[in-house]
Amino acid sequence: MLILGCGNRQRGDDGAGILVAERLRALGIAAGVCAGEPSELLDAWTGADDVIVIDAVVTGAPAGAVHVWDGQRPPAFATSTGSTHGLGLAHAIELARALDCLPARLRLYGIEGKNFEIGSAVSPEVERAVEEVVKRIAADLYTGR
Amino acid sequence: MSGGSGRTIKVDTLARVEGEGALYIKMAGDRVADVKLRIYEPPRLFEAFLRGRHFSETPDITARICGICPIAYQMSAVHAIERALGIKIAPEVRLLRRLFYCGEWIESHALHVYMLHAPDFLGYQDVIQMAKDHRPVVEKALRLKKIGNRIVQLLGGREIHPISAAVGGFHKAPTKNQLREIVSDLEWALETSLEAVRWTSKLEFPDFEQDYEFVALRHPEEYPFNEGRLVSNRGLDIDAAEYEERFAEFHVKHSNALQSVIRGRGSYLVGPLARFNLNFDKLPEVAQKAAQEVSLKPPVKNLFRSIVVRAVELVFACAEALRVIGAYEPPAAPRVPAPNRRGVGQAITEAPRGILYHRYAIDENGLIVTAKIVPPTSQNQKRIEDDLREYASHLVAWPLEEATWKCEQAVRCYDPCISCATHFLKVVVERE
Repeated sequence: MLILGCGNRQRGDDGAGILVAERLRALGIAAGVCAGEPSELLDAWTGADDVIVIDAVVTGAPAGAVHVWDGQRPPAFATSTGSTHGLGLAHAIELARALDCLPARLRLYGIEGKNFEIGSAVSPEVERAVEEVVKRIAADLYTGR
Repeated sequence: MSGGSGRTIKVDTLARVEGEGALYIKMAGDRVADVKLRIYEPPRLFEAFLRGRHFSETPDITARICGICPIAYQMSAVHAIERALGIKIAPEVRLLRRLFYCGEWIESHALHVYMLHAPDFLGYQDVIQMAKDHRPVVEKALRLKKIGNRIVQLLGGREIHPISAAVGGFHKAPTKNQLREIVSDLEWALETSLEAVRWTSKLEFPDFEQDYEFVALRHPEEYPFNEGRLVSNRGLDIDAAEYEERFAEFHVKHSNALQSVIRGRGSYLVGPLARFNLNFDKLPEVAQKAAQEVSLKPPVKNLFRSIVVRAVELVFACAEALRVIGAYEPPAAPRVPAPNRRGVGQAITEAPRGILYHRYAIDENGLIVTAKIVPPTSQNQKRIEDDLREYASHLVAWPLEEATWKCEQAVRCYDPCISCATHFLKVVVERE
């Protein structure tokens, strides 16, 4: 199982994925971080057959909403919004599929963000969502799902 | 051209981490009435963010300006601060910094040549479409990029937003064995880059040459990374400290990035073409030969050929990395002490997409009083607009959708920091 948090901590809610990874580590669960650039994700996925990716997204839902998608079926946000790097992730999935290196199981946790200003803090709604995602991933791990 | 006498090419780019931008071209009949490139630029915000921070924090903070070229930001920052503090780095550290820069150029050029730029020439919407027909090429690109990442990781501590670069040197220097481990990968990368030169040279290029003022660093012995005088093909030859006397930045309403000009002269071009044209004689033999074999000779004035020049620079970066590793002896200390001192320092280094200028004023407690950062994309911005004004005038007879796509492709030639976004463009066509 590979867990990866994507994002940029310097850009407000964009750091959501990184925060999840850091919280998981604090609980003793191995989790990596990355910027979410497609070639970087493909590289990280190499050899992994069960992957969880956490990223900030903008789909129009209220801030702090948690989305869970199956990476085998690209979510609607891939083509419909201006998410700062939902697009990078969607691009990575499509590229991995074209190169036959998409992990057999790929789960995506999207945390809806609202503020991506440089140097700003994470919104309280997103902070709460980070905790929720951490609990869900940890629970999945403990129950072997 | 269909319909009325006026039309508008509008390309609204979407956001990605490195930046956002939009392109707007208005045509009136056979004439290009207006060209505006809009860039939302993070460095301006970082200048304010740096004020009041201790200089030792700058490598970490500036590395976060850009996810594609963090090393460039770190290198311009540490060199400017070292100059302000009056400290000299060890020769071994200087070599390591060249290697660090090689890693970034390999990553950035591999990404741009194969994954962002090649799809334009081969007629694909993006690299995903291209991967279906050219899988080995995309796989090579990914491996090359990974080798660049590996170098950055070895010296930077971690891949994105490297943390090891410091004022005075590095927090930690690699061992000889650590560097030797990447030699075979780099040998493969060198061969692959030579192939890339041949491969890109066979692409078809639009016939579009312009009379540029090329601006790049020039060093007496080396193809430039971190050091040298700033020169141009029109007689500019200055030290980094004179940069602000000779270059002016001005604000244009349509962009929150400042545009740069050479005072009294106008727009200029920075990046691979400028470096290649001004420093061909400093390329290692293997890179010079690779260029000559495909009849690529300075001055290259067709920006579409920048994809071949980037491939030549990939050859250079791989060869230079191998040279540095071959000559490497770990420094006695990875960095020299950097005590607080009041001062002002400027530095220019060659980011993959062109020169990056930093200036810092530091007070007696080592706190930053003012910071100024002029990134390559904003330096090229006016030149991009000038070129598009000319280029779009050749496209008046084309159907609007194709003309729009051609203009988008033209913007990608500059490898602007917005290029990660440009394959995700939502193209909005407006007709008057």
